[in-house]
Amino acid sequence: MNFTLKVWRQKNKNADGKFVSYPLKDISPDMSFLEMFDFLNEELISKGEEPIAFDSDCREGICGACSMWINGRAHGPVPGVTTCQLHVRSFKDGETIVVEPWRANSFPVIKDLIVDRSSFDNVIAAGGFVSINTGGAQDGNDILISKDDAAEAFSASICIGCGACVAACKNSSAMLFVSSKISHFASLPQGKVEARNRVQNMVAKMDEEGFGDCSNTYACEAQCPKEISVEKIAKMNREYLTAKLL
Amino acid sequence: MTTFLNGIFNTSVGKKIGMGITGLFLISFLLVHCAINATIFLNDGGNIFNEAAHFMGTNIFIRIMEIVLFAGIIGHILQAMIVTIDNRKANSVKYDVFDGKANSKWYSRWMGLLGTLILMFLIVHLLDFWVPARFTGLNIPPVMIDGNEYENMYAKMLEVFSVGWVVVVYILGMISLAYHLMQGFQSAFQSLGLNHKMYTPMIRMFGKIFSILIPLIFALMPLAIYFGYLN
Ligand code: HEM
Ligand code: FES
Repeated sequence: MNFTLKVWRQKNKNADGKFVSYPLKDISPDMSFLEMFDFLNEELISKGEEPIAFDSDCREGICGACSMWINGRAHGPVPGVTTCQLHVRSFKDGETIVVEPWRANSFPVIKDLIVDRSSFDNVIAAGGFVSINTGGAQDGNDILISKDDAAEAFSASICIGCGACVAACKNSSAMLFVSSKISHFASLPQGKVEARNRVQNMVAKMDEEGFGDCSNTYACEAQCPKEISVEKIAKMNREYLTAKLL
Repeated sequence: MTTFLNGIFNTSVGKKIGMGITGLFLISFLLVHCAINATIFLNDGGNIFNEAAHFMGTNIFIRIMEIVLFAGIIGHILQAMIVTIDNRKANSVKYDVFDGKANSKWYSRWMGLLGTLILMFLIVHLLDFWVPARFTGLNIPPVMIDGNEYENMYAKMLEVFSVGWVVVVYILGMISLAYHLMQGFQSAFQSLGLNHKMYTPMIRMFGKIFSILIPLIFALMPLAIYFGYLN
């Protein structure tokens, strides 16, 4: 297949960026989107040009590294996948594909398509954990957890922290991410102990990091590669109300 | 202010809770307002409507609610402005390509614009009815109903809606309201944390019906008067 890739190039955090077009020929339809970038980068390197910087790690949809804004959508046009799971056959032969970095003031561009997502780490550090005191190991089944609670926690824990929710949101709001983390712990007895402080601290940190407010457009849910539901945001709001008022 | 209710309204989540509360309050007002005005469709020369308008204008509870209503509207607008400023600050670099319609409904992304259109309509609307009724006078002789004298708000309505462009403004106002509510109705519940597998689909369905029905009934009033179905 043949494509024209129109890619955002930016030397570093402070440089002005611009789009550069790269014609690509004879791309196998079975390539993943990232393999196409590897292919292009090899060409660029052999020509002595600077390869395009982009994030990737697992290349199987579980780490969340591969942030790319493709043709106006996070991770491209196919719902429920990350960029590494996207195949080039999802595009039309001859198509011009525009690739941009995540755009959010809390995710500054470091280079080309790589953004700094430390703001997510900072929100996690503010409460996205359970404190466990060391001591004799407890019996695995000491704390009983119903199947429903486990499933509810699991449906939130699948968040891979990729940032697509922020990228897709017109307000760069991180509520789907933060609420997934909060719901995950709030559904389990181990997490309930610190639930009250967790929601308040994580929400405060999220605001401090400069993420926007939620307008309930639900673009985050539509773009989440793990298809996490905005029910989680409502759950966070409930947790927040309880923590503040009760 | 920081300690009021534990600073509940000071965070991003809290601001949305504020929007949701004021939004739902305004929705409840719409229902009452619409029900009262719809009595003109009885086509009884506006008698029941004039009696209802008299009650609304003189009852002490309603007069207090009128102040609460203004506070609610102003609160809703201020909150909307704060949220909009926050969001601008969070997202100042735009994408070259943004396929908004693939991920969300257009009216969910344009609540601020729809709200501003509603506000412009509200100003026209208040100048048409509320200001004359409260302050400057209707300049229409009162009517006698069952031996009692009433302000003739109904005649005022007939007068206002005899002008074509006014009718158009009201219809555009109601279209803006309909779209604002299509997003806003369910959004308010979500903001207040009320999302439930069983109830949310019902809320959404009810919200859609409400969002179309109420503005439609409102819009039919100027239309019915302009085209002479009511007199
Ligand atoms: C009768 C009039 C109005 C009604 C019934 C109404 C109702 C609502 C409701 C129910 C919501 C959803 C709240 C939420 O998301 O939690 C909402 C949101 C909103 N309203 Fe209104 N509203 C009215 C007038 C206005 C006016 C006059 C403005 C602005 C000048 C406005 C601006 C907004 C904005 C910007 C939002 C969305 C905020 C966001 O991004 O989340 N509204 N409205
Ligand atoms: S590289 Fe890990 S999710 Fe794509």
